[in-house]
Amino acid sequence: MSKLHVSTTVNGDTVEYLCDPRETLLDCLRDKLNLTGAKEGCGTGDCGACSVTVDGRLVCSCLMLGVEADGKAIETVEGIADGDVLHPLQKKFIEHAALQCGICTPGILVAAKSLLEKNPNPTEEETRYWLAGNLCRCTGYDKIIRAVMETAEELREAS
Amino acid sequence: MVEVHLWSGLRSLTGGLAVVEVEAKTTGELLRALVRAHPQLQAPIDAGVSIAIDGRVIATGLTEPIPEGSEVYLMQRLRGG
Amino acid sequence: MALDDRKSVFTFVGTRPDRPDGLDKVTGRAKFGADAYAPGMLHGAVLRSPHAHARIVKIDTSKAEAHKDVKAVITRADFADVPFRPGLEGEFWNVLENVMAGEKALYDGHAVAAVAATSALAARDALKLIEVEYEVLPHVTDVDKAMASDAPVIREGAADYSVPEGLHPNVVRYHESGHGDVEAGFAEADLVIEDSFVTEATHQGYIEPHACLGMLGNDGKGELWCTTQGHWIAQKTCAALLGIETSQLRVTASEIGGGFGGKTTVFIEPVALALSRKANRPVKIVMTRSEVFRATGPTASASMDVKIGMKKDGTISAAQGVFRLQGGAFPGAPGDMTAMCAFAPYNLTNVKQIGYDVMSNRPKQAAYRAPGAPMGAFAVESVIDELCNKLGLDPVDVRLKNAAHEGTKASYGPTYERIGLVETLEAAKAHPHYSAPLKPGQGRGISCGFWFNHGGETSVSLALSEDGSAQLMVGTPDIGGSRASMALMAAEVLGIPYENIRVTIADTATLGYNDVSHGSRVTYASGLATIKAAKHAVEKLCERAAAKWGIPVEAVKWEDGCAVPSGPNAGDFDPLALSDITADMGRTGGPISGHFEATPEGAGVSFGTHIVDAEVDPETGKTSVTRYTVIQDAGKAIHPTYVEGQFQGGAAQGIGWALNEEYIYGEDGRLQNSIFLDYRIPVASDLPMIDTVIVEVPNPGHPFGVRGVGETGIVPPLAAIANAVSNAAGVRMKQLPMSPPRILAALKSNG
Repeated sequence: MSKLHVSTTVNGDTVEYLCDPRETLLDCLRDKLNLTGAKEGCGTGDCGACSVTVDGRLVCSCLMLGVEADGKAIETVEGIADGDVLHPLQKKFIEHAALQCGICTPGILVAAKSLLEKNPNPTEEETRYWLAGNLCRCTGYDKIIRAVMETAEELREAS
Repeated sequence: MVEVHLWSGLRSLTGGLAVVEVEAKTTGELLRALVRAHPQLQAPIDAGVSIAIDGRVIATGLTEPIPEGSEVYLMQRLRGG
Repeated sequence: MALDDRKSVFTFVGTRPDRPDGLDKVTGRAKFGADAYAPGMLHGAVLRSPHAHARIVKIDTSKAEAHKDVKAVITRADFADVPFRPGLEGEFWNVLENVMAGEKALYDGHAVAAVAATSALAARDALKLIEVEYEVLPHVTDVDKAMASDAPVIREGAADYSVPEGLHPNVVRYHESGHGDVEAGFAEADLVIEDSFVTEATHQGYIEPHACLGMLGNDGKGELWCTTQGHWIAQKTCAALLGIETSQLRVTASEIGGGFGGKTTVFIEPVALALSRKANRPVKIVMTRSEVFRATGPTASASMDVKIGMKKDGTISAAQGVFRLQGGAFPGAPGDMTAMCAFAPYNLTNVKQIGYDVMSNRPKQAAYRAPGAPMGAFAVESVIDELCNKLGLDPVDVRLKNAAHEGTKASYGPTYERIGLVETLEAAKAHPHYSAPLKPGQGRGISCGFWFNHGGETSVSLALSEDGSAQLMVGTPDIGGSRASMALMAAEVLGIPYENIRVTIADTATLGYNDVSHGSRVTYASGLATIKAAKHAVEKLCERAAAKWGIPVEAVKWEDGCAVPSGPNAGDFDPLALSDITADMGRTGGPISGHFEATPEGAGVSFGTHIVDAEVDPETGKTSVTRYTVIQDAGKAIHPTYVEGQFQGGAAQGIGWALNEEYIYGEDGRLQNSIFLDYRIPVASDLPMIDTVIVEVPNPGHPFGVRGVGETGIVPPLAAIANAVSNAAGVRMKQLPMSPPRILAALKSNG
């Protein structure tokens, strides 16, 4: 099967790749662009470890084809920090030990950032339901939820 | 002499004995002495055993000293996750 | 070995600094198993049996081999089939048989062949070109059915010495232990309850699938990168299976995306190496989630009978349990561990426990956090709860009355050293959770839990740099923040800041042998090794100071990161900081390092008590966990935040096991729920905050008093939640998971 040319924007950079029409956006990010921050935990959209945003919308990159990214703006975990300045969520996750093995962390950070952009003042229940698509097997979610809620509070105070 | 307490599943291999007395200063000597006294104990020892000395579980070590008068239990080899 | 240098006042230990790998993990640059690439790399894929039990009549790989994108195809014939030192016998043989089927496919998902191709898609496509002729055989997946006389035999001759005559060949190991006279004890009881319980197999559910990148030449030299809890066992096993020398294979552990016991063995690693040897190119294999469920190592499932007698005052007069565990098509189900742990929290005069290890047509079970213990605790603690209910006794008081303590004869034989069960129960009783009022429809459950913990072979190396910083190499993959704990312990001994210590998980070529990160052993054993290695370096630092001052080394002591004269008679010298000594160490005797290589034996057993509130919706049968408190003895918490994390994670996994998770096999013996949508692990909206109380009863076998904390946390939840649900629903739940249909059925049968 011949490959298709895709031109897209990832974390603000213009990138191009050739992909098989069957390859997912996740495959393309990881294998063609060397952006291995997004992880494949399930390949069926159940675990959220591959979460990215596409034109601002939170998606599982394992459920989207690489060719569908043409002309879109993709944001991944690698783009969350501003140069050497971490996003408040990243800082808070380290401070709160909101990760143990860390495999789910990239997806959860992308999803949590997306939550706070839409809802700067989420309740615990709203936070839990927003992140219900991101599986974590190590932490029991306790420290993750606390880190997200506390970041939200700090961002509100700062603005 | 060391009194070695066996788990009850081993009694069929020692002619019904639950406690076997052997001469041993270390865990390794103890296992060798057990087999000399009761050759059928070779199979469970090969399958893996741990030794508790006064409640401290020696998982695999053959060189641990066995102090005089200590309580010694043979246990199935422990495994973890 | 640890008793000579006990410490109880700490500067660094017990603080909560940021973890050293935090930045890598929040920015996406941490390299996990699937994140490695090599020049010229091929992609591997594995063909798996669709049958639960089948003779492999013929495998025709010619069409796959002829495909232009395919560079290698392998079957069992490509592995070592001649005995090679240390020999393909025992567990090595079992692992080989599991990694690649021999004469028979033994379960749905069993590997039968593999290919390496130029892309992942090409490799998957090529699998369809391999033709396998199967002769389908009768199968069995249920533990009780596998023990029945008419059950198909998985493998003749697999049973060991322990199995009494007359049992089915699928029963491969038998354990019996206990003490006293249980019949006499039951006769003394005011109430005896006997009941049967069932738990289904669950999976560790680590979010990172198995992944590896292997390179092996026909010169017998190889490199392997993989996600594993133990790269030395991977090295040893792969070398044996491929017929090469252990030391010629260098294994590097990637960052590991969860393991919980499931990454303590190999699956795809020997396959990638065999493909690489054939193709003469690096080969990467990444499992799909479905492969992880079908063909890695879930827990055993269990069928259990427990009988306990109690007096009116709550004293347990006798306890007996029979635990039958199915662990897939190979020996290994931890029926013995279930039996030995089940009654371990209690001081019993009369106790008897029997464990069975039974084979069936399922994947080879692997360890999962305190393997074997949670199911036994579920059965035992459910019966104790029922006795408390019937006799009108408080469940914490009854457990306190019967609790094991220092000097108690354990149910598994020996006498306990200092243990912390009573302290966890007292903390439970005093916790506001235990006295908080329940709302209508809610129930509260209590359970204790026990796990042995482990030491294991351990090597650690610590090297000082000229600028006074230190690099610490440990060999136990960091599965939950252990690099932070190691740095804290090294800082405590060296007296230099935590931030000045860089901890690396060394590969197999740069450090001596290390046992797997399992058995809750890392903070205990690698921690002990780190302390000893740091002390070894401190000895040398003191020697250098003594030489500089021209006094005997005995007259120098180490204090707050400096060499100081040990007393007024030693002389009057200004303290020499560590960095003052390392600055010119090359010219004062050479590099300064510390080492430790030994097998620490003194892990110290561990206990916990959990309190759970649950609410059951009588319309749907759905259970909500509304409040959860974990109380566990950590001995000494090195980094308390990560101790809490272990407690919370264990509880969450237990909640999943209790309420939702199970392997569901169809009549055809195939796994029916091999994706996360159908095998539902707890999500954020399923859980409440999980409160924790760290009890610290120091372990006499560790210089700082550490007891492992990783595993015990999954032992109490099954029973605690079952007790809460049973008390909420008014009907005793005897089968896990307590999924909505099972709860509805129980409510219905209860009228």
